[in-house]
Amino acid sequence: MMPKTEQELAELVAGGSGPFRIAGGGTRTIGLAEGEALSTRGLSGVKLYEPGSLTLVVGAGTLLSEVEELLAREGQRLAFEAPSLGGLLGVEGYSTIGGVVAANASGPRRMVAGAARDFSLGVRFVDGRGEVVKNGGRVMKNVTGYDLVKLMSGSHGTLGVLSEVSLKTQPMPETQVSLVYEGLSADRAVAMMSASLGSPFEVSGASHLPEAGGAAARTVLRLEGFEKSVAYRSGSLQALLAPFGEAAVLEITDSEALWLGIRDVQRFTAAEGDVWRISTQPSTAADIVAAINPLDAFYDWGGGLIWALTSSGTDIRAHIKNGHATLVRAAEADKRRLGVFPPENAVVAKLSEGLRRQFDPDAKFNRGMMG
Amino acid sequence: MDMPSPNVALIAKKDRIVSRLRAVLPDDAVISDIAETRAYECDALTAYRCPPLVAVLPANTAEVSAVLKICHEEGVPVVPRGAGTSLAGGALPTADCVILGVARMNDVIEVNYPDRFIKVQTGRTNLSVTGAVEQDGFFYAPDPSSQLACAIAGNIAMNSGGAHCLKYGVTTNNLLGVTMVLMDGTVVEVGGAHMDSGGLDLLGVICGSEGQLGVVTEATLRILPKPEGALPVLIGYDSNEVAGQCVSDIIKAGILPVAIEFMDRPCIEATEAFAKAGYPMCEALLIIEVEGSEGEIRDQLDRIMAIAKTHNPVELREAKDADQAYRIWLGRKSAFGAMGQINDYMCLDGTIPVSELPYVLRRIGEMSKEYGLGVGNVFHAGDGNMHPLILYNANKPGDLEKCEAFGADILKLCVEVGGCLTGEHGVGIEKRDLMTVQYAPVDLDRQMAVKDVFDPQWLLNPAKVFPLASSEARRAGGSAPSASGIHPRDI
Ligand SMILES: Cc1cc2nc3c(=O)[nH]c(=O)nc-3n(C[C@H](O)[C@H](O)[C@H](O)COP(=O)(O)OP(=O)(O)OC[C@H]3O[C@@H](n4cnc5c(N)ncnc54)[C@H](O)[C@@H]3O)c2cc1C
Repeated sequence: MMPKTEQELAELVAGGSGPFRIAGGGTRTIGLAEGEALSTRGLSGVKLYEPGSLTLVVGAGTLLSEVEELLAREGQRLAFEAPSLGGLLGVEGYSTIGGVVAANASGPRRMVAGAARDFSLGVRFVDGRGEVVKNGGRVMKNVTGYDLVKLMSGSHGTLGVLSEVSLKTQPMPETQVSLVYEGLSADRAVAMMSASLGSPFEVSGASHLPEAGGAAARTVLRLEGFEKSVAYRSGSLQALLAPFGEAAVLEITDSEALWLGIRDVQRFTAAEGDVWRISTQPSTAADIVAAINPLDAFYDWGGGLIWALTSSGTDIRAHIKNGHATLVRAAEADKRRLGVFPPENAVVAKLSEGLRRQFDPDAKFNRGMMG
Repeated sequence: MDMPSPNVALIAKKDRIVSRLRAVLPDDAVISDIAETRAYECDALTAYRCPPLVAVLPANTAEVSAVLKICHEEGVPVVPRGAGTSLAGGALPTADCVILGVARMNDVIEVNYPDRFIKVQTGRTNLSVTGAVEQDGFFYAPDPSSQLACAIAGNIAMNSGGAHCLKYGVTTNNLLGVTMVLMDGTVVEVGGAHMDSGGLDLLGVICGSEGQLGVVTEATLRILPKPEGALPVLIGYDSNEVAGQCVSDIIKAGILPVAIEFMDRPCIEATEAFAKAGYPMCEALLIIEVEGSEGEIRDQLDRIMAIAKTHNPVELREAKDADQAYRIWLGRKSAFGAMGQINDYMCLDGTIPVSELPYVLRRIGEMSKEYGLGVGNVFHAGDGNMHPLILYNANKPGDLEKCEAFGADILKLCVEVGGCLTGEHGVGIEKRDLMTVQYAPVDLDRQMAVKDVFDPQWLLNPAKVFPLASSEARRAGGSAPSASGIHPRDI
C-alpha cells in the first residue's frame, strides 16, 4: 500500500484493521514489525524551504538524499548527521526523511549539536484511529502545548504514521579537519576526548577506533567552521592535548570520508556477528567494553556511544548500568529472544504502553516493534 | 479569564488535609494560615490572584511523593511551583488546591566534568546551576532573563529559552534526565546522564508539559565549556524590512551568532529615556553577539559588518572591549524595565517565521492605533521569538481587557503567518483559550491523551494549557476510558 496523500493515508488507516508495517525507505527497520507493508514514499515533496530562516518542511516520504541535495545547493545541511545503515544491515533502498525522524537517527555530531529530535520543529501524522494530527510548527521556538514532536521522534512508527515533518537546517561550515592520535588505550582515548570536549574549541566529532587487523588504534577529533577559525582551534587543541601525543591532521576530503565511515558503522559492514548500539556515560564506556568483551567495538560521541560487534546471540545488557543498548543487527530469532529495544524500568514501560494505547488503540502500527 | 469554580467539598475538609500533610512533613513546611498562603496567590502574571487551600514546601523526592499520595487519595488538585516567575499564570492556584513548592530543594547532587553534566534538585535557580560550575570553566546554557530567580523546575515545565538559544538551544535540548513523582506518589526515573532514550522519548514530552504530568524533583543537565570570549555589534536601520533582510543574510552566510536581538523605535525611545544607553534613534536596531577567541570574534564581526553595510545602516557600532559591550547590551537589558516606567505592560511571546517580521511589525503598529494602546517590540530575531510589550493602565477600568484583546489579536496574527502562540513563556492560563486558534480539536485531544496516561484523574495543574471547555469532561470525571476494551497487544 502506498497512499499518495495524507488524506488517502488517513482513510486507509481508518478503514483497515491492520496491522500495518510502516516503511519509509525500509533502511532502518531494525525491529520486528508485523503486518502488511504501508509505504510512505507517496507522501513526498518539499512544501517549504527558507534558507534565511533555516526552515524546511517536507513530506515524510521524501528521500533523505533529495533533502540533502536541496540543502547543499544553498550551502546548508541537517546538523544531526543521519546515518545510512543500509550497508550495515544489508538492505537495499534509500532512507526517507520520515524514517529518519521516526528513528531519531543521529550521527557523530549528535553529541554536541543535538539529535534528529532536537532539529524537528513540527510533525503531521495519522494516528491509529485514522485521524490527522499536527503538533509543533515551522518556527524554531515553540512551547505551545505538549511537545508531541519529540514523542513521535524515536517512536519508530508505533504511535502514528508521519506524513510531514518540519526541520531546522544548519549552514554548512566552510571547512573541516580532523586531528588523529595513534596508539591510545580506550581509557586514555576517552580521557583525551573528554578533555577536548571540555575545551572551548568546539569539537564536532570525537571517536576512538581501537586497533584492528594490525592497524594502530586511532582517536579522532573533528573541527568545523570558517577556515581561519578551524586553523586556530586546530593549533590550540593540539597544544592542549600534547600530553596525549602528536596529532596527524586530515584535511577536508579525508576527514569527511573518515566521519562518513564512523557515521555509517562501516567497520562492521563486512564482519560477522550481532551489532549493538550502546548509549552511556563516556567515562564508563571503556569498562563496559571490557566487561562485554566483544569481537570488536569502537566509540563515538567522545565515548558516549559504543558500537559493539558480538558473537551471535550474546546478551550484553547486564553489563550496562548507565544507559541502554539497542540490538541493531542480529538474526530474527535472536532479536526475538533478546529484544531489539532495551528493557525499561517498570514505570516508564507502563507509561509508554499507556501512550501507545492512546495513540494507536487497536495496535495497528508496527505491532511487535517496540513494546 | 475564567478559572473553574473551586470544589467546596475539598475546602470543607481543609483541616483533615492539613493534618494529613503535617503528618508527613516538618511543621514549617505546611503553610495553611490564610495570611501566609497569600505569598503563593500568583506568579509573575500578577493580574490574576487566588490564595491556595494549603502550600507545602517538601525537601526531597520522598516528601514530594508522600504529599502527592495524600492529595491523590483526597482528590485534591496540586499546582507545582518553582520560583513563581511564570508570565503565563502557570503557577496560579485555585482556592481548592495544594501548592507544591520545590524552593527548598536546591542541592547540587553531582557534578561530572568528564561527562559534562550536573545533577541538581529542581528548586535550584537557573543562575546558580551555572554558579556551581563556572569556576571550572563550564556553564548551563539556557539563560532566561529571569535566571537570577527562576528555578530549573519551572524551566523544565515551560521549556524555557534565553538570549543565547540561537546557538545553544532551549531547555529541552539541554536536559538529559529527570526524577519525577507522578500524581499517585510513584517515583519515576526518566533518562539519565546518557543521551537519548532507548524507547519512547518521554523526557521530550515531560519537558514543556507545564506541571501537568508530574512533579519534577531532580534533573540531569548538560553543561558546556565556556567560550573564550564574546562581543556584540550594534546596527541601526531606518526600516524594519531592511533589518529583517540583514538578519536573513547573516544566517544565510553561514554565520551562527549566539544572539540576534531586535528592538523597534517605540522600544528604543523608551529605553533611551530610561537607561540612556546612547542608542541611535532609528526604526530598527540589531544587537548581534558572536563568540570565540579574539581572532575568531574579529573574523565573524568583520563578516557581519560587511553584510550589514550592504544594507546601508544608519549606525554601526562595534564593541572593542568589555565596557563597550556592556553599553551595547545595557539598553536591551533595561528594555522591560524601561517600558515598565512608562506604564503597566503585558509581555507576549508569539513566534513567527523570520521572513514575516516586516509584515507583522507593520500590522502590530496598525493595531496599536486601533486599540489606542502603545506597544514596543523586543525580539529574538534569529529565531523569530517576538516580545511585544503592550502598555496599559491597570488603574483605568477596562484597560486590562482592552490590552488582553489586543494581545490576543497579535497572537492570532502570529499563528496566521505560520508561527505560534508562545515561543518560551508557555500557555498557562494566559493563552489557554487561544489554543484553538493554533490547534484543531483533535490536535488538542491527543495532547490531553498524554495527560490521561500520566495523571488519569486530572489532578495536576488541571485548569491550565487546554481551553476549559476542551478539558471539562476530563477534569470532571477523569480521563475517558480507551475506546476499545481489550487491547490487541494483550493477546
Ligand atoms: C522578568 C522576567 C523575565 C523572563 N524572561 C524569560 C526568558 O527570557 N525566557 C523564558 O523562557 N522565560 C522567561 N520568563 C518566564 C519565567 O521566568 C520562566 O517561565 C521560568 O522557567 C519559570 O520558572 P519558575 O521556577 O519561576 O516557575 P513557576 O513560575 O513557579 O512555574 C512555572 C510552571 O512550572 C510548573 N512547575 C513548577 N515547578 C514544577 C515541578 N517541580 N515539576 C513540574 N512542574 C513544575 C508550574 O506548575 C508552572 O506551570 C521571564 C519572567 C520574568 C518575570
